[in-house]
Amino acid sequence: MPHIQLNESLPGIRALLAFSPHTAAPLGALANTLLRSDNGLTPAERELIGAYVSSLNDCFYCQHSHAAIASCYLSNNTELVNQVISNYHTAPVSGKLKALLCIAGKVQQSGRNVLPADIDNARAAGATEHDIHDTVLIAALFCLFNRYVDGLATVAPTDMNSYRQRAKQVAAMGYGSHVYTSQQP
Amino acid sequence: MAYIQVPDHVPGIRSLVLFSPETGKHLYDLAQALLRGNSILSAAEKELIAAYVSNRNNCLFCMSSHAAAARCLYGDAAAVVDQVLDNMTQASISEKLKALLHIAGQTQQSGLAVTENDIQFARKSGATDEEIHDAVLISATFSMFNRYVDGLNSFTPTDPAEYVPMGIRMAEKGYVPPTAPVAQ
Repeated sequence: MPHIQLNESLPGIRALLAFSPHTAAPLGALANTLLRSDNGLTPAERELIGAYVSSLNDCFYCQHSHAAIASCYLSNNTELVNQVISNYHTAPVSGKLKALLCIAGKVQQSGRNVLPADIDNARAAGATEHDIHDTVLIAALFCLFNRYVDGLATVAPTDMNSYRQRAKQVAAMGYGSHVYTSQQP
Repeated sequence: MAYIQVPDHVPGIRSLVLFSPETGKHLYDLAQALLRGNSILSAAEKELIAAYVSNRNNCLFCMSSHAAAARCLYGDAAAVVDQVLDNMTQASISEKLKALLHIAGQTQQSGLAVTENDIQFARKSGATDEEIHDAVLISATFSMFNRYVDGLNSFTPTDPAEYVPMGIRMAEKGYVPPTAPVAQ
């Protein structure tokens, strides 16, 4: 049961966004700008980073929500998504993405854990300044979302199909207030 | 030196926002809504929670700047800021604020570390749903800002005097994104 009184028909972060619309607006705008951009990293790669960090933070709702959104962008290749989350080193993704996932994993522990060698590795694998910036900010943003969702004990649906349905909605329409004002898929 | 090419001599988050103004605008809007929006908690209390969490994350830039803002906003009671950073349980603040700082500290470790007992304790000392929500979201938000600032190794002044004018600006003007420095 959530720690505060929330709309019971809304799962996870959606209930928190509805509880506090004045903070929901910049959070939605930030997610849209950072996760939907295809400048450098693709939206699929951005969602993979979000799902990976959420798994490290053990946040069931965010991990499964963003894994499902990444799958949507990857023609439903859930196997690839699961490989990245369980062991990205052996997943069939680019060396650049692996180096960025390494940075994201360091950020999940502490910003201070990111070392110059991690940045050098990412650059050597072809990452740009913006790729590195976006990776650090995505990892940091999921450290926010994961804590917000679990710190208030929001409801994480156990029907795994519901994650796929909500993912289709986000893949089609992006982030924003519609995720808590429109009918839940 | 920062890991990416940001303007020289611009400290902390301000340098990152100049590098990426499109995300920076939303980050500043979030800080403004969360730390200055209408709420039961005062702006001083919210800045204090931000400084407390940043201290636990060892983020010197965020801790120093938000502590400076909290000292300005607390005015004559500014001493409580350093008391909280030194040992929150012994500080001259209300039991309610201690309970909310405790929840913020648990959230800083992991959202999953916040227990039903932590929440009950806060309620018994008078905290409402809104205040509990705000304590968790402020802690979560600074768990982001601290990682962003340190993860890119942004410039962190070490002289405490440099944070005094920052605190005054944050207390008086709130969160306004920086604009690009004029080329010399």
